Amino acid sequence: MTLTGFFSQLLQLAIALALAPLLVGWVNQCRAWLSNRSAPSLLLPYRTIRKLFMKDAVVAEHASPIFRITPYVVFGAMCCAAAIVPSLATDLPFASAADAIALVGLFALARVFIALAAMDIGTAFGSLGARREMFIGFLAEPALLMVLFTASLISGSTSLPTIVDTIAHREFAIYPSLAFAGVAFVMVSLAENARIPVDNPTTHLELTMIHEAMILEYSARHLALIEWAAALKLFNYSCIGLALFFPFGIAVGESGGLAILGAAPALIAKLAIGGFFLALIETLSAKLRIFRAPEFLGTAFLLAVLAMLVNLLLGS
Amino acid sequence: MGNDLLGWVLAAIAAWLSIGALGFIRPRSLAYVSHGLFPLGAAVGLALAVVALLALGVVPQSKVLPLGLPDLPFHLRLDSLSAFFLLLLGAASAGISFYASGYFRSEEGAAPGLLCFEYHVFLAAMALVLVADDAYAFMVSWEAMALASYFLVTTDHRIPEIRRAGFLYLLIAHIGAIAILLCFGVLQGGNGDYTFGSMRSLILAGRWPSVAFFLALFGFGAKAGLLPMHIWLPEAHPAAPSPVSALMSGVMLKTAIYGLLRVTFDLLNGQLWWWGVFALVLGLATALFGVIFACVQSDMKRLLAYSSIENIGIIVAGIGLVILFKSYGKTLLAAISLTAVLYHALNHAFFKSLLFLATGSVLHATRERSLGRLGGLIHRMPWVAWTALVGTLAIAGLPPLNGFVSEWLLLQAFLFTPSLPQSFVNMLVPLATGALVLAVALSAYVMVKFYGVIFLGRPREPNLAYAKDAGWRERAAFVWLAAGCVALGLFPVTVIAMIDPVNVMLIGSTALHGGGNWLLLAPISADRSSYSPLVVLVVIVAVVLLTIVVVHRYYHGRIRRAPPWDCGYPLQTPRMQDTAEGFGQPIREVFAPVLRIERHLPSPFDAAPRYEVKLDDHFWHWLYLPVAGSADFLARLVGRIQQGRISIYLTYSFVTLLALLFFVR
Repeated sequence: MTLTGFFSQLLQLAIALALAPLLVGWVNQCRAWLSNRSAPSLLLPYRTIRKLFMKDAVVAEHASPIFRITPYVVFGAMCCAAAIVPSLATDLPFASAADAIALVGLFALARVFIALAAMDIGTAFGSLGARREMFIGFLAEPALLMVLFTASLISGSTSLPTIVDTIAHREFAIYPSLAFAGVAFVMVSLAENARIPVDNPTTHLELTMIHEAMILEYSARHLALIEWAAALKLFNYSCIGLALFFPFGIAVGESGGLAILGAAPALIAKLAIGGFFLALIETLSAKLRIFRAPEFLGTAFLLAVLAMLVNLLLGS
Repeated sequence: MGNDLLGWVLAAIAAWLSIGALGFIRPRSLAYVSHGLFPLGAAVGLALAVVALLALGVVPQSKVLPLGLPDLPFHLRLDSLSAFFLLLLGAASAGISFYASGYFRSEEGAAPGLLCFEYHVFLAAMALVLVADDAYAFMVSWEAMALASYFLVTTDHRIPEIRRAGFLYLLIAHIGAIAILLCFGVLQGGNGDYTFGSMRSLILAGRWPSVAFFLALFGFGAKAGLLPMHIWLPEAHPAAPSPVSALMSGVMLKTAIYGLLRVTFDLLNGQLWWWGVFALVLGLATALFGVIFACVQSDMKRLLAYSSIENIGIIVAGIGLVILFKSYGKTLLAAISLTAVLYHALNHAFFKSLLFLATGSVLHATRERSLGRLGGLIHRMPWVAWTALVGTLAIAGLPPLNGFVSEWLLLQAFLFTPSLPQSFVNMLVPLATGALVLAVALSAYVMVKFYGVIFLGRPREPNLAYAKDAGWRERAAFVWLAAGCVALGLFPVTVIAMIDPVNVMLIGSTALHGGGNWLLLAPISADRSSYSPLVVLVVIVAVVLLTIVVVHRYYHGRIRRAPPWDCGYPLQTPRMQDTAEGFGQPIREVFAPVLRIERHLPSPFDAAPRYEVKLDDHFWHWLYLPVAGSADFLARLVGRIQQGRISIYLTYSFVTLLALLFFVR
């Protein structure tokens, strides 16, 4: 472990924690502009989190300890994921402890815990949300894994920094397998982050909500952690996408501190553009009925399988 | 302890048999049998595990026991493969036996002494299967195992469904046994020597190796629960008492995996690539089938039984990969896949036993097996609930527990497959990988349903408020098995180093090429892929603790209890939570073609409206019922000549004599 590695690891985690709510604020702002509304402040998510930390936590009477530890576990899993995804640099000492498959495992860990916590309350909403979340997850998780496998077939490695190193060093061209994988990845990210064609982050309409139904009982610091973790998840997914498909600007290899500092503005610029496109997709599409979601995710899964097949056929 | 490890294994088997026999001294005394004999059995299991651990990697030891027919003694042999499965048997059965000492009650159906005898004969027979070194000893112990488990399944023989389940199990066990017998017949190659030693040295000609492999796959598959011979599993596992279900699912299914590995990699010389493709496809089909059916079950033990089918499917798919790699000479990759197979077998022994035992405690506390009438038990049965949570997370394949390690290894093996020369196989890989990850993701769905509906939420029935937690013996068993899940998850490198002698023996290569250290698992090289569960756990725990401290230090830790938000609709009852059917409904809709659904919907004019869904297995209707029907038909044809009158039979004899006189002369 080099000192630079350690430094870039910590810096990356800190930037993820700090910027994740900003990304959510930015997407909300873009959505407001696109739908001709006056936009909320960019810093609104920070204020919400701070406000929630101040409040008294209200916990349902018959909630078990699982309900109370879940926000911490979910937050921990997302921080762990943020430390693995090479968003600024590829010289990450911690990344050798968990590769792409473990990353998907961490997301699954968070999902399972939040679904269990939702069932813990014992209301109709909680179990409805848990059921739907697991339903979305059972298709989204394999699709994400297949996208990552396509990338790891290209680089011959499942370690994310190695994948990014390999892809960043190739000459710029459109690779058919990565194109398929990219489309699949966008679809999976929308589903996994409770964005519009599958779920709606702003809804509280009972019939349609998934993520919101699960966290309905959370309040105060627990809710703050869940919201922060959700923002981190969006940040992580965006960074995975950027690292796999647009790895430009990431400090590759054991480059010095200056390259890492240079990588941060590049990351912010890329995230701003990515966030705008996310808002655009959300504005242009309508929410699917829950039973159309498998078709949507099934398409993503098949595209990802196709990406792997194309990779094997064409070798690129 | 001397170097005669096989002798110690035999001593353990003899100890089990004598513990079983001791049960007959006071067969009706529950205290004597369950508090006296079962803990002894657990101690023997632990000792066997220690002996097996020592025997891994030691030069094979053989013995000849003068048992059985005059010219046909028992040949026994202890090598690394046997030792690995003996370790699995010993470690899992230690927990299960100790649990059983607190579990069995007087109303179990059979006398405790008889149960104790059957139980320990079952254990001893499984151990003998693992050390048998000739077809004769193997078949005798294999059948002893099947019979003992049949009697255990039908412990509550007064219930007709249980008798029916037992019969089905016995029938399929014997169809499988015939296939295994025929397989050994092919393997001995006509020279009449049934010892495994001679089979090993024999090279079969022509198509005979393939015949032997497919007979073995069919025969052992029937025991393991591969498609289409799986139907006994969801019947027999719920019928048996829970420690027996745990033993059958956690350990007995693995003896079938052992048999398949023994025949394929030890007794047969050389494997063909298309066997691997066949096993891969069959395994994945079984895995998907099992997990889809597990999603829609509403009986907790049936759900676990289908989940066992899924896990066996994953293991057999892994064996398919091993065959593929080995037939193309890629020994390193074959070793990694074999490690994944053995690792998963060991994991499954731990977490599936744990969950079956948990259902046993729930069953005793609530007398309820249907998920729709449980709920909220985490408040009443914290020990069961928290240890079952470990098993649930492990079986769902979540890091940093053990289920994830074997899945990680298997996925690594899949990712390296494209280096094979056969383009057809390479094309198969994305589809197979997709099927595997789909099965793994669905198993998370199943386990959330299992755990959430039983332990979380509010009690769906009022009598659940009186449920009592498990006793200390049961708790100790839970802790042992849960600790096994955690240890297998956190120290993969140590475990793989332990499994490695089996790789060396069957494949001729070790799986630990990538360097790495005890902390970092890197099968090929740290550049390609690495995983360190301990570091992941430490980071998550550190973040969690840090967050808790920071939040409580800088803000506050105040908490207020209130009723849950009722959405302005005051009449909320626990029955409004999802039932098991409700939770499985999306999967039922998506996979409707795979299931055979009979649905009865109430009409608006019903006086007593009733909603009923019956889910059935297509295989019953496509395969088993036609076969049973034609057997019935043939029996009826034969029945026509059976008139039951002595004169008619005398006429038959007369006609036969005449015919013989005419033809033979």
